[in-house]
Amino acid sequence: MTTRSSIMDAVRTVSAPARIHPAIGAWLAPAIMLAVLLLAPSVLSDFRIALLGKFLTFAMLALSLNLIWGYAGMLSLGHGVFFGLGGYAMAMYLKLESAGGKLPDFMFWSGLTELPIFWAPFKYAWFAFPMTFIVPAVLAGALGYLVFRSRITGVYFALITQALALIVSILFIGQQAYTGGTNGITNYTTIFGHSLNAPSMQITLYYVSVAALAVAYLLCWWLISSRLGRLLVAMRDDENRVRFSGYDPAVLKTIVFSLSAGIAGVAGALFTPQVGIISPSMMGIVPSIEIAIWVAVGGRGVLLGAILGAIVVNGAKSGLSESFPAVWQYFLGLLFIGAVLLFPAGIMGLFKRENWQRPWWLSTSQVRSTIRGLIPGGRNDRQ
Amino acid sequence: MEVWALQLFNGLSLSSILLLIALGLSLSFGLMNVINLAHGEFIMIGAYTTYALQQAALRFTGDAQSGITFLIAIPVSFVIAGAAGYLVENALIRFLYRRPLDTLLATWGVVLFLQQWARSIFGAPNVQVVAPSWLGGAVTLSSDLVLPLKRIFILALVTACIGGLYWYMYRSSEGRRMRGVMQNREMASSLGVSTRRVDSFTFALGSGLAGIAGCALTLIGPIGPSLGTFYIVDSFIVVILGGLGQVPGTILAALIIGMLNTLFEFGTTAVVGKVLVFAIVILFLQWRPAGLMRAKGR
Repeated sequence: MTTRSSIMDAVRTVSAPARIHPAIGAWLAPAIMLAVLLLAPSVLSDFRIALLGKFLTFAMLALSLNLIWGYAGMLSLGHGVFFGLGGYAMAMYLKLESAGGKLPDFMFWSGLTELPIFWAPFKYAWFAFPMTFIVPAVLAGALGYLVFRSRITGVYFALITQALALIVSILFIGQQAYTGGTNGITNYTTIFGHSLNAPSMQITLYYVSVAALAVAYLLCWWLISSRLGRLLVAMRDDENRVRFSGYDPAVLKTIVFSLSAGIAGVAGALFTPQVGIISPSMMGIVPSIEIAIWVAVGGRGVLLGAILGAIVVNGAKSGLSESFPAVWQYFLGLLFIGAVLLFPAGIMGLFKRENWQRPWWLSTSQVRSTIRGLIPGGRNDRQ
Repeated sequence: MEVWALQLFNGLSLSSILLLIALGLSLSFGLMNVINLAHGEFIMIGAYTTYALQQAALRFTGDAQSGITFLIAIPVSFVIAGAAGYLVENALIRFLYRRPLDTLLATWGVVLFLQQWARSIFGAPNVQVVAPSWLGGAVTLSSDLVLPLKRIFILALVTACIGGLYWYMYRSSEGRRMRGVMQNREMASSLGVSTRRVDSFTFALGSGLAGIAGCALTLIGPIGPSLGTFYIVDSFIVVILGGLGQVPGTILAALIIGMLNTLFEFGTTAVVGKVLVFAIVILFLQWRPAGLMRAKGR
């Protein structure tokens, strides 16, 4: 029964996180990556650095999703929302600074005469910056508590977060006067009085992104090596047992989901000034589910994997989609299927010896049974 | 009074389409524990099948409004979408039965692939299917209460589909096997039921129903490559509210969601309506986490 055992192996690789040698995993690999990122500006052009800076915010977003999906087994298909909320909070601050006390342009076009009350405090950095973390964290905390308390897990949770992505994005599109509608918030030019377009500012923002990513990495690493981290993995593998051991999974999950959303929000806040726009197209169903593929390609359940995956996939995207947009769509579709079916452990899984097994499509008996399965009436011994 | 009756009718119409879409999702979840994100693309396949048939009829007979073409399109959509479902199940989903979250992602790959394919064949802009002329009229009950024939036709179509599904599940031997596998897979398998066959046929059946929904949707408005995404989230909400794998629960949930959506939309705006429905469903799940109807477990 080679077919069955290879399927079971595939299942096992998914349920166990890909492990690399502890010393390398813990210190060496992240240190090398950090060194590469810090040295990058001296090698790459300004354009490439701006691009890489954007990818780093995506990497942070992927890191936050990996925390809850890879370790706690909760696949959120709505993480774009949290990223977007952080981005909007930042954009509100930048917009108010650029407007210089006047009403932001899109509000004026929508017929508002004065600043809405919830916009007013965002003109202070001491309010706006923490809000990039707090707003997504509170939304995730509230939704998470309600959902986890009713013991909604797995697919249900994924579908509910997907619905959240749809609803928040159409809500932001609908409220043109307060959010800028489909166009989002754009046309802000300065931060703390410095021009956002200056190359020196791009480099500064790049280094800030590297630093934020490093801090987020350390935070996640500390979290998963703590007792809470072990509880998370335990909940992923057998939630009832954790519950019977006297812990409350709902509270634990809510805390981690909320923290993950907060990190995603900060990533969004770093994205906004570097790219110059935040719009609902960053928050909908499509961008939200794409985050999951970054994590899957990099290797779920390995912190570094998410970072690597985000950079690799987005690098490929900006390379391919500019010249062949249609090809990119096919490629992305195949990537989703391939990453799940053939390489469930992702790039990081390549470092693990057990994953050097023959993929199913190289085994003739598997291929034969696949083809047989496609013929109506063709029998197949596997369930 | 008439305004409310009209809203009720519109709600019923929306519910019926949601139901047709959600039934397939609910069946395949009840049977195989997988959720297929590409379900919406089977709607799109059904809709484009109708469009292609009409274009073909236009070329050969010069008459796009011929009712016959549309009547033929219904079973053809069912068969083509069902065949597509059969293919997806056999080539992809059966490898992922114990990994429901991975199924979500893999089927999203199918979504991207099929949407791009539709875009390259039919073009990115929406296309319009001309409704048959005999569906152009309306039933006038009073001056304020005019029921378009198209919507009545959709209601009748959905009713016929539910009737067919009921017959299949409860009166045919295939359906009996399907219910057996749903209740206890190991036991059914050891009694000689080919669970593989039941799985792929049920999946194909659900996809076919989505194809019919797509065919019906061409009567309501223009169709495009991302037609499916538009309806799919609402149908997920229906499935979650109804209790996964529960046909009566799904029917009830589709009625509730369709009605609430229409009523809130009437009272406020479409967006606020959706937000309210979502909030209500989340709060409802606090009270009954497994949805309206629960699978009886032991």
